[in-house]
Amino acid sequence: MTDAALAGLPPRIVLDEVVPARAPWDHLVRRGEVLRIVDLEGNQAVDFLMYSAADDAERYSAQDTIAAQGNIFLKTGSVLLSNEGNPMATVLGTSVAYHDTIGGACSCESNTLRYGHHTKSQHACVENFLQANGRHGRGKRDMVSNINWFMNVPVEADGALGIVDGISAPGLYVDIRAEMDLVAVVSNCPQINNPCNGFDPTPVRMIIAA
Amino acid sequence: MRTAGPARPAQGAPEMTTNTADPYGAQAHARAMAGTKVESMPTLPPWEAEALPAGVAPQDMLWAETIAPGGYGAKRLSRGARVRLTDLQGDACASVLVFNAECPVERLNVADTVKVQWNAYLGEGRLLLSDMGRVLMSLVEDGAATHDAFCGASNRASNARKYGEGDNWGPHPNARDRFALAVAKFGLGRKDIHPCINLFKGVRIASDGAVQPHVGPFAPGRTVTLRAEMEVILVLANCPHVADPRPDYRVTPLRVDAWRGPVTAEDDPIRNATPEGQRAFLNVEDYYRR
Repeated sequence: MTDAALAGLPPRIVLDEVVPARAPWDHLVRRGEVLRIVDLEGNQAVDFLMYSAADDAERYSAQDTIAAQGNIFLKTGSVLLSNEGNPMATVLGTSVAYHDTIGGACSCESNTLRYGHHTKSQHACVENFLQANGRHGRGKRDMVSNINWFMNVPVEADGALGIVDGISAPGLYVDIRAEMDLVAVVSNCPQINNPCNGFDPTPVRMIIAA
Repeated sequence: MRTAGPARPAQGAPEMTTNTADPYGAQAHARAMAGTKVESMPTLPPWEAEALPAGVAPQDMLWAETIAPGGYGAKRLSRGARVRLTDLQGDACASVLVFNAECPVERLNVADTVKVQWNAYLGEGRLLLSDMGRVLMSLVEDGAATHDAFCGASNRASNARKYGEGDNWGPHPNARDRFALAVAKFGLGRKDIHPCINLFKGVRIASDGAVQPHVGPFAPGRTVTLRAEMEVILVLANCPHVADPRPDYRVTPLRVDAWRGPVTAEDDPIRNATPEGQRAFLNVEDYYRR
């Protein structure tokens, strides 16, 4: 087998599956395992949250991560911290220059502000997160600022900020090594009103290797 | 060592006693503390505060409190309430949580706040948006312009790294544990401590994404005034900013003055400043249309 998407991963493949466009996904990633997310068709935002498997009140914190690394962009080497300051995961490598963690997740409600009330009934990432977390007894209190793999949110000198055209491409990836047993929860973003998915949501591939 | 048990003190006995060997003495000892003034404390009723905000009628005062360095405060406030925060000595850091008081699972969403308003920096005219597409509070006055929506709260681990420890019972409390105590008193828990904003201590984002802290110390007396656009629980912690590079625990008292005010009118300039904001106010008005 010569699947280029597995290159460089540890030998044992724990899981290898495709998340359809617009769908939620979640899975346990054990300490030391590597989760590879492949942007199959390019510029597909993958909204991402993590919870400690032992205590899901401890979860990914964008703010702790930003404060500790002194930078808003996630790159190779970024340590993803919890709300209690503990390393949850490390960005082991990525073929995209940087990823976002300030833009948050789209929701039906915020879509009404950003685009108008005509978007209220469109599917959104918060719906995906609520569905995926709901299977594990988590709910709206568990929604916090997330990571957006493959999404581009620059900040200009005057503070202007926005989701702009992506810098990813078909086949680019990010590798995340779990530093604790964690539950990764994903919304394969269904947004069609901005360029985060190139206005066309597409599937992504999730590979867990140990 | 105390000796003989005392006779029950005469009613209204004015003398200070140090005898706390029985309930009568202990009661007199406790009651003798009344009227003590310290730098950081609430004033009740709030209209008896030393300097009321200009133009505010005494009966409209809702909250007058000086929050200690390393301390916290919280209050439920009604739609239209104004909250003026004052950095009395130039080194306060107001870390802020906001909840919908009726339904606290709706809370401040920092990512939506910057994304929907297309700007990274908080300041006069900006809205604090909830995760339900509504405006919880707006910033109606900003004499500071050094605020932060990116770095969040210090926690026990970050304070331990900088100051040796960071527990609530020690000299270096952290903002997250202060939030935990504050929200617990509203029946909320660790999962409810959402990403926060920091007022008075600021950051700027460089073009390469670098976060540049601006933590002062600043001129004493800078103010920020918020207006409640919904029924809210406002939670404040006053601990050193998590990215404060100074090695020692530096934070000064935070003053809070709040008073009643009218619900925001349809022609309010902040309400109408942007189309996104107009829709956030429409969503608020829809929520209260019952």
